[in-house]
Amino acid sequence: MNFLTQTLSVAAKDLRSEFRTKESFNAAASFAIVILLLFSFAVDPTSDQIREMSGGLLWIVYSFSAALILNRSFARELPNDCLDALIASPVSGAALFLGKALASFVLILLIEALCLPVFGIFYDLNWATQPAWLALVVLLATWGMTVIGTMFSALTVNLRLREIMLPMLVYPMLIPTLMAAMQLTTLLIAGQAIAGDDFVWLRLLIGVDIIFTALAVALIEVVLVG
Amino acid sequence: MQAVTVGRLWKYFGDYAALRDVDFTIAPGSCTALLGRNGAGKTTLLRILAGLSVPSKGEVTLHGKPPRDGDARRQIGIIGHGIAIYDELSATENLLLFARLYALADPRAAARHWLEKTGLDHVANSLVREFSRGMRQRLAIARAFLHSPTLLLLDEPFTSLDDRAIALLQQLLNEAIAQGSTVVMSTHQLREALELATGVALLHRGKLAHAGPRTPEMLADTSYLYRTYGDAS
Amino acid sequence: MRNKILYLLGIAGVAWLARNLYIIFLGLPDEAAQGAIYRIMYFHVPSWWTCFAAYFVSGVAGVMYLVKKNQDYDALAVASVEVGVAFTLIGLATGSIWARIIWGIWWTWDARLTWALITCLVYAGYLMLRRAVDEPTTRARFAAVFGAFAFTTVAITWKSIEWWRTQHPGPVISFRTGGGNMDPAMENMLFSNWGAVGLIAIVLIAVRMRQEQHLRLIEALRRQVHTL
Repeated sequence: MNFLTQTLSVAAKDLRSEFRTKESFNAAASFAIVILLLFSFAVDPTSDQIREMSGGLLWIVYSFSAALILNRSFARELPNDCLDALIASPVSGAALFLGKALASFVLILLIEALCLPVFGIFYDLNWATQPAWLALVVLLATWGMTVIGTMFSALTVNLRLREIMLPMLVYPMLIPTLMAAMQLTTLLIAGQAIAGDDFVWLRLLIGVDIIFTALAVALIEVVLVG
Repeated sequence: MQAVTVGRLWKYFGDYAALRDVDFTIAPGSCTALLGRNGAGKTTLLRILAGLSVPSKGEVTLHGKPPRDGDARRQIGIIGHGIAIYDELSATENLLLFARLYALADPRAAARHWLEKTGLDHVANSLVREFSRGMRQRLAIARAFLHSPTLLLLDEPFTSLDDRAIALLQQLLNEAIAQGSTVVMSTHQLREALELATGVALLHRGKLAHAGPRTPEMLADTSYLYRTYGDAS
Repeated sequence: MRNKILYLLGIAGVAWLARNLYIIFLGLPDEAAQGAIYRIMYFHVPSWWTCFAAYFVSGVAGVMYLVKKNQDYDALAVASVEVGVAFTLIGLATGSIWARIIWGIWWTWDARLTWALITCLVYAGYLMLRRAVDEPTTRARFAAVFGAFAFTTVAITWKSIEWWRTQHPGPVISFRTGGGNMDPAMENMLFSNWGAVGLIAIVLIAVRMRQEQHLRLIEALRRQVHTL
């Protein structure tokens, strides 16, 4: 109960201060739209080609804009040494981590929800033929990105060149998650159901989420307290 | 039970020992001034007491519990180098956040009480970003005292505070000590610290050079301690 | 004394490698299907085994550091990663050369090739992270945490990328089917060369560990001087 209150308090705090300034949200959202636009120059936007690579394009947009959100996650605590006050409080490292991850998760999902219809309009795609499955894939893959991103945000928060380090460390780690998400999203946007061999990708997404969440929760105290 | 026990504490950064075999206790209800030159290990020791850092060797207990224990942390109030409040939140929101993290029974009442006590009730709903320096400092003091800690760990509390904040902090510390709370503070400003202090601990190059009661000579001549024990190692 | 043992082991490794080279080039016949180029396998396959072993050691050393807080485990972890990355690059280069001759292209986006590249990037991140942290204890802690994530990702990627795409020749030696489909002389040479390559890798790791220990000592002395 206490754990939950603490987690939600941290998440609410992050969301509230983000929505007051909208610093990273606006940047991430407009960045996402810009990349969506750039794709129209890379491939013929009216051809069927775009349908075959829709999942790939979408997740490149998502992962790029997510990096902007995740960069701010622990950096938000820097200005007045707020992180020390949080660590010294009775909040466990796990509650602190999950609270911050939850806040970034919500922000990234909002940006994704914003991009999806824009993507559909720009490239004349009907993305909503399998809404429930698509939602599931997006939720699972976004959580995977968020967990790794938040963990590395904590790891790099005090480093020189933080903004450069984070994407450099995070993207190679995200490859299994992004591979599965791209594969499944392409299927779903093409209107096919997930069947047979494709479930292996769904299992991969779930497995990666569980493994990395467990690792992060187990190791966050080591990162924060030394 | 002692408020703080530090038993044969070592802290290494790589192969460099920042604290060497530090060993002392602090009685409940006392006020200890932690003295020493820059790099003597004052901040390192306070961070270990606050649970922000862990010992490499040795043992630290606060009221019999390790510093990273949840109950021990509920008892600690810290003021560090930063003010540790959020610029994008209002004064009330800042205090409410910490009240919830400390699982206080009535977060709103606690927040209101401390805003009044620090003279910030008229700006309770303004963003901290818009506060003057002095107001931010008082809010930081309110944040540290919010959960009625019984062990206060202050790192250079009087440096960079304005006069009103210094007076407020001294008043609150006196009240806390009168109620039986324990205070440990590191400081350069010997006079302000020594007036409050009942005991002193002097660190010299990571070693405890002297620990004992504060004597009248120290007040009369503030560099007395450094001259007497400064090069004891 | 310890240095002398290291040098002796290093010399032994190099001598072993020289002997193997002599046999590989002059003693063994060409392979029926591939001709002379198959010989690259004697370096390609052992470098893969070595790099995998090095990453594994580094992961274990990282966890041991978190448990024991002994800086020597950290030195072992970073030394293993560096040697691992070096052997991954050797594996990539030899694989590319082989592919150019047999398949006609340098880079095939084959599963294991892609995996190796990802692994290189992950561990390049490890080395960059270390470089960005100044304080040795924090560096060791962060590196160990990163190492745990890195090894997990590398293991998962190994499997998942195989589902994605594969055209790599099957394992030349399979422990599961209990024996290879290779000529025994060739198979023996493969193991023998792994021994030589592995010995050299161990010596390199040990030398890097010594360097790390000395670096730590220098850093501590420097801090000591600053406080005076």
